[in-house]
Amino acid sequence: MKRVALLGMPNTGKSTLFNRMTGGAARVGNWPGITVELLSGKILLGGDMVEIIDLPGIYDLHGFSDDEQVVRHFLHDNVPDLALVILNTTQIERQMSLLLQLKQLDMNIVVLLNMSDEAKKFGISVNVAKMSALLEMPIFLISAKYGRGYPEALQAITKALRYPTPGMAEQLRSQLEQDQHIETEMARVLKHTVQVPVRLSDNLTEKLDRVMLHPWLGLPIFFAVMYLVFQGIFMFGQPLQTGIAGLFTWLRETALVPALGGLPQVLQGLLLDGIYNGVATVAAFIPIIILFFLFMAMVEDSGYLSRAAFLMDALMARLGLDGRGFVMLLMGFGCNVPALMGTRVMRSRAMRLLTMLVIPFSLCSARLQVFIFFTAALFSPKAAPIVVFSLYLFSFVAAILTALIFKHQFKNNEPFVLELPPYRFPTLRQMVLRGWLEVRHFLRRATKFIVAGVILVWLLTHLPLSAAPASADTLAGMIGGFFQPVFAPVGINEQLTIALIFGFIAKEIVIGALAVIYGLSGDALSGAIGQQLDWVQAYSFMLFTLLYTPCLATVATLQSESKLLKFTALSLAWSLALAWLVSFAFYQGARALGY
Amino acid sequence: MPSTTLAALHPGETATIVSIHAEEALHQRLLALGFRSGKHIEMIRKASFSGPLQVRIGTTDVMLRRSEAAKIMVCQGASGT
Ligand SMILES: Nc1nc2c(ncn2[C@@H]2O[C@H](COP(=O)(O)OP(=O)(O)OP(=O)(O)O)[C@@H](O)[C@H]2O)c(=O)[nH]1
Ligand SMILES: [Mg+2]
Repeated sequence: MKRVALLGMPNTGKSTLFNRMTGGAARVGNWPGITVELLSGKILLGGDMVEIIDLPGIYDLHGFSDDEQVVRHFLHDNVPDLALVILNTTQIERQMSLLLQLKQLDMNIVVLLNMSDEAKKFGISVNVAKMSALLEMPIFLISAKYGRGYPEALQAITKALRYPTPGMAEQLRSQLEQDQHIETEMARVLKHTVQVPVRLSDNLTEKLDRVMLHPWLGLPIFFAVMYLVFQGIFMFGQPLQTGIAGLFTWLRETALVPALGGLPQVLQGLLLDGIYNGVATVAAFIPIIILFFLFMAMVEDSGYLSRAAFLMDALMARLGLDGRGFVMLLMGFGCNVPALMGTRVMRSRAMRLLTMLVIPFSLCSARLQVFIFFTAALFSPKAAPIVVFSLYLFSFVAAILTALIFKHQFKNNEPFVLELPPYRFPTLRQMVLRGWLEVRHFLRRATKFIVAGVILVWLLTHLPLSAAPASADTLAGMIGGFFQPVFAPVGINEQLTIALIFGFIAKEIVIGALAVIYGLSGDALSGAIGQQLDWVQAYSFMLFTLLYTPCLATVATLQSESKLLKFTALSLAWSLALAWLVSFAFYQGARALGY
Repeated sequence: MPSTTLAALHPGETATIVSIHAEEALHQRLLALGFRSGKHIEMIRKASFSGPLQVRIGTTDVMLRRSEAAKIMVCQGASGT
């Protein structure tokens, strides 16, 4: 099968084009370094199946950060039949250097000048025919986001695939020493083909930046926006979640209970109180997940992430990190796993490890579900969003504290140089794609972990059959009792202990497990928990949930990215220790103050 | 034509890059972002608490720390703008 590789600098729209070509769901975002590993998709082109490969962005062929290594290894191991080189038209005056470097590798190349819509808006014009003649390569002006110019480009790609694949130069690096030559060649081509106005007319970005990056308003704006957004998610999402949970309960009573009435008691219990209650309670959070990720898609595509890096770099520098580390914490709000992988853009291994050590404290969307559930059950509607927001602040504080404590073990002097792209807004299509991607991801986790998790919890809370369900005589009761000496001082009871143990696998299971343990769902469950716990216990439980290991997938990623068992163990041990210490300090402190 | 480092520019000032004294890896990255001698560069803003700088070079906005900017020599007023 023929192979087409997408090459280009970071943030030029490779993944956007990949999605357009393959109908795939590569992650897109206005941040250099969203894609950090290769992703492939197959399409039918000119009667043949062709494999399209999306790669991380590279600034040049000299780079050695882990994401750039992915590209080098790929090019080293397979000569693509065609390299689609994607350049940002608005930045062609600098990005052409990469094209000229790639040209020296003697590959089969089709050049796509992307973001033609922005180029037009900014008043940049390119004489494509002339550039094509000067460089002796097919060149097309396209907009991967809006589709303009795409059909013509696709035709050219189909045609170019008929050419034989050239053998690529053995030694990449030795080919690349003639940068001097590249510079003059670049100047020559640009002079004849590109016109850039003296002042770019991107007023919007400049005006927005004047506010967003304001020397002393910038940070308050950041936190205010964050607060409003989470307030919004809570306000819209929480009623939806209770509504759906109610619907699931209704379905159970009207359809499932009668339908399963003929089954033996134990089996009925397992199916209804175990699997159904557990999974339905978790599934009720899907609207919140969608809402949350629509918002994340907007933030990631807006270009604000780079601004956040700008605002926070001064603080991060004092922690041995840099602005990108803060952006990874923000990305971790969605899910810690891609955030951990996003650290591949860092060249210094020490900085990368230190960033990976703090990311697991980022309050991911799975933990958000637990917190929304608990705060809605225990706090007034007015106080609940503030409580959730306080947990976000705690998550930053835990990250900062961790970096402060460990920065001397991970000393580095990584330079910090980063592009600030213009503000953009995602299209509806991009947002829907992202929403769908996350729901699919959620459903995968659900089928993999959550079902197995709730079954196990049901078994633990019902075996041996002679014991009263969820009582101290069941397996769960014994396990919970065994850990009580550890968890009693932080205000966490036996039931919650079982939920925490399963939360180690994935935080979604926590709520599912509670539904199973209490044998209740929906409003009845929050009611029961609200009755049994006071707010100090609940907050202590939430702090523990926030700080201890996020999930198995995160642990696996820590290991696969660091390839250091010692590091993974350190991360595990530290987060457990911190979780216990913080909950202990909070719980005992609050009790001592008379709460 | 006084020659200073990029870090010394004030917001709103423009200059021309004279030379870059950075180690290989940083130098390559700066080249790829459009930092080449002879190029015009404008200081857009400086973050508070000695945070990073935002500069504009050609059509690209780049942020970099003051320590990195100190490795870039520029010359002010050469073109009279
Ligand atoms: N205006 C405009 N924006 C585009 C176009 N193509 C992509 N974008 C936006 O550019 C940003 C980067 O897009 P990606 O597809 O993630 O870029 P990438 O090259 O895969 O980036 P990395 O994976 O970080 O290397 C996103 O905000 C896209 O929405 C386009 O044709 N026009
Ligand atoms: Mg990408």
